[in-house]
Amino acid sequence: MATAAITAEREHYLNKEYGIRSWLLTTDHKRIALLYLISITFFFFVGGFFALLIRLELLTPAGDLVQADTYNKLFTMHGQVMIFFFLIPSIPAVLGNFLVPLMIGAKDLAFPRINLLSWYLYMIAGVIYVHCILTGGVDTGWTFYTPFSTAFSNTRVIEAGVAIFIAGFSSILTGLNFVVTIHRMRAPGMTWSRLPLFIWAHYATSIIQLLGTPVLAVTLLLVVFERAFNLGIFDPTRGGDPLLFQHLFWFYSHPAVYIMILPAMAVESEVVACFTRKRIFGYNFVAMSSIAIAVFGFLVWAHHMFVAGISLYAALIFSILSYLVAVPSAIKVFNWTATMYKGSISFTTPMLYAFGFIGLFTMGGLTGLFLACLGIDVHVHDTYFIIAHFHYIMVGGAVMGYLGGLHFWWPKISGRMYPEAWGRLAALLVFVGFNLTFFPQFILGYMGMPRRYWQYPPEFQVLNVLSTAGSTVLAVGYVLPMVYFLWSMRYGKIAEDNPWGAAGLEWKTSSPPPTFNFDEAPEVTWEAYNYEEIPAPAEVHVER
Amino acid sequence: MSEHIISSKLYYAIWIALLVLTVVTALVATVDLGPFNTIVALVIATFKALLVVLFFMHVKYTSEKLTKTVIVAAIFWLLLLLVLSMADYTTRLLS
Amino acid sequence: MLSDSPVAVEQHGPELLHHFVDAKQQRDAATLGMWLFLATEIMFFGGMFCAYLIYRFWYYNEFAVGSRSIDLKWGTINTAVLICSSLTVALGVRAAQMGKRKLVVVLLLLTIVFGLTFLGIKSIEWYSKFEEHHVPGRSFNADDLVKAYPQIHIDPQREQIFFSLYFAMTGLHALHMIIGVGVFAFLTYYAWKGRYTPEYYTPIEMGGLYWHFVDIVWIYLFPLLYLIDRKPLG
Repeated sequence: MATAAITAEREHYLNKEYGIRSWLLTTDHKRIALLYLISITFFFFVGGFFALLIRLELLTPAGDLVQADTYNKLFTMHGQVMIFFFLIPSIPAVLGNFLVPLMIGAKDLAFPRINLLSWYLYMIAGVIYVHCILTGGVDTGWTFYTPFSTAFSNTRVIEAGVAIFIAGFSSILTGLNFVVTIHRMRAPGMTWSRLPLFIWAHYATSIIQLLGTPVLAVTLLLVVFERAFNLGIFDPTRGGDPLLFQHLFWFYSHPAVYIMILPAMAVESEVVACFTRKRIFGYNFVAMSSIAIAVFGFLVWAHHMFVAGISLYAALIFSILSYLVAVPSAIKVFNWTATMYKGSISFTTPMLYAFGFIGLFTMGGLTGLFLACLGIDVHVHDTYFIIAHFHYIMVGGAVMGYLGGLHFWWPKISGRMYPEAWGRLAALLVFVGFNLTFFPQFILGYMGMPRRYWQYPPEFQVLNVLSTAGSTVLAVGYVLPMVYFLWSMRYGKIAEDNPWGAAGLEWKTSSPPPTFNFDEAPEVTWEAYNYEEIPAPAEVHVER
Repeated sequence: MSEHIISSKLYYAIWIALLVLTVVTALVATVDLGPFNTIVALVIATFKALLVVLFFMHVKYTSEKLTKTVIVAAIFWLLLLLVLSMADYTTRLLS
Repeated sequence: MLSDSPVAVEQHGPELLHHFVDAKQQRDAATLGMWLFLATEIMFFGGMFCAYLIYRFWYYNEFAVGSRSIDLKWGTINTAVLICSSLTVALGVRAAQMGKRKLVVVLLLLTIVFGLTFLGIKSIEWYSKFEEHHVPGRSFNADDLVKAYPQIHIDPQREQIFFSLYFAMTGLHALHMIIGVGVFAFLTYYAWKGRYTPEYYTPIEMGGLYWHFVDIVWIYLFPLLYLIDRKPLG
């Protein structure tokens, strides 16, 4: 094994070849992961910029920063950029791409060229969407509801629809690659029951990507056709049903939220196991609950339509199913918590994010149960309660999972340690900033403040000001890692192969790994999370 | 996928069967069977599809259970979309 | 120790990609990948089938009348054409398994001919719809159908929904056919160049799976679009 002494001498995937062609034409899953890392970070800040403008507008009850039409564009593009260009790819395309082959002992994904194609599709989609933003934007709400999007909006709906359509294929191909890889390319001895739970969760995510995204694609196609050719499929004045659009849209978009959260749960399992130095409690339950989430997630979509005009009987069915879908997620939370019992816990940066994840995801998930109840949903639908609910899961859950994962695997990806003290500070700022931003929104929603409104009654101002203040703290917490990760690539402490003393095949190869991942093909003879056999690192963090 | 080489005679037989079923389904459509017209048409179509999947696509000869699982899962998911959507449309007027 | 060489070095042709352990793993990966892709295609068409199902449930009369206005003769012939193409594809894969290069080329070319025939007939059908002003959009006009079926009360706007779905579904299918013909053009060229052997004919097999899938979609489109109601009117 290469020593940690001088990475420059040892060849690995970063220094194997230099030059822009070697990056833009790479088929190495690790390089593709970094290409995605750069692109999604860019889109994160684009979406964040829109969020900033929204929060600035909402500092005052009057609509005085932007016009109402502009405000419509802001929340639409914030949502679309964050969901389709940041959250959906984030963990799978960055951490999944990097780690799936390493964790199963393979040299690459099953289809490396399709992997590169996925990234190019994503980039083409991104360029089209940026062009859409710059030439007028889109104001339909991220959900493209008809007939506003098809017959009344004067903004660039078709362009946004085409961009997201293409991004959808990027997502589908990534899912396809992961499923085939996990089935066909596991190293000898790597049986299904020895797989890290990260793999199980990404497998479940990929199933959703494969089976759900095509429906979104065809739905957006119909919207584009309707708008371009003046059809009447979704136009109620011509016999069309706007709810048909909503059924087709949410058939994907509800499972999409599980595409966004399952990978964060994947990270959670790995981080919690490592920093409690124990096998995840109830491995089988956690693995099976990932599959259950993928399946049940497709059964609940019309809970987004309770007040849209669906039949009461359908609403009853979807309400019951929505309660059921919470069960597998709850199982995971119980198991992570049980893992910590009598564990040897280290409060490293990834673990801080993991703690944050459990608490905030649980709050977001429980408020989802409130919403599954028809009587409550009638009252809080389309209010800030909903916004708070999904931001708790998407930001408090998924984004914290992403950041925790980035920190945990940063040594493996870059060969460097990030500065631990700054990492902890950023995690704390993210946690505090997040809660200050979004907790007031639960109250606002319950008190009746509608979403997507650019002005509001004066009695809501205090809570809105708190929320905006929180968002500035959150923004600092997000910018810090960007700064110190970049700093660490030049000045960070050089990482050993396994600085955390973690279980998993990825930690048995060098940091950064060689291009073909392992010097010798691994043969697995041990169970996952064999922490009783792995010595804890002497000092977990040296860098200040 | 399949090392087994299927006889061309079997392929021709399936081909003939598919053509015959096509003619049958077109003719049956002109006969008034009430609500059963649609059901018969879909049953024939499904049978034709099965012939293509099992024989032309070699699924009958594969030992790979995963292939069959993927097919069944895809059909199941499509049915989820159709059935749960229809749960709304067929009960709206009852509300 | 340099680790830029593949872990498993063995005798193999250029078609074995180096991240795979052996040819069987590569073939199994390709096969699973293609079946998963077909599963996504089932869901892709499925969304349109869902729209179709709901509007047929709501507007049966308009769908029945619209169905009568498309040509059953051409639809049946086209179904037969695709079935013939599936035969030539299946025989082509078989010929590849047996290493019969020239036969493979002939059968793949025949497949392309059948595919182009299908597309040609489809264009004829679409053109006649265009002439009858049944293409959705600004020039859509269903008055001729309203007059032709006085015993069935139909609403022209609902009729447009039928035709929107007709063009969307057959259009999407035709697009897949065009892509299929393109793929087979490449396969035919490489087959002629001798790239495929009994040990390695995976691309032909995968192309075949795709082609059969597109055929199956049409097997369902035919009754759903052409055979909604062909009972004699009395």
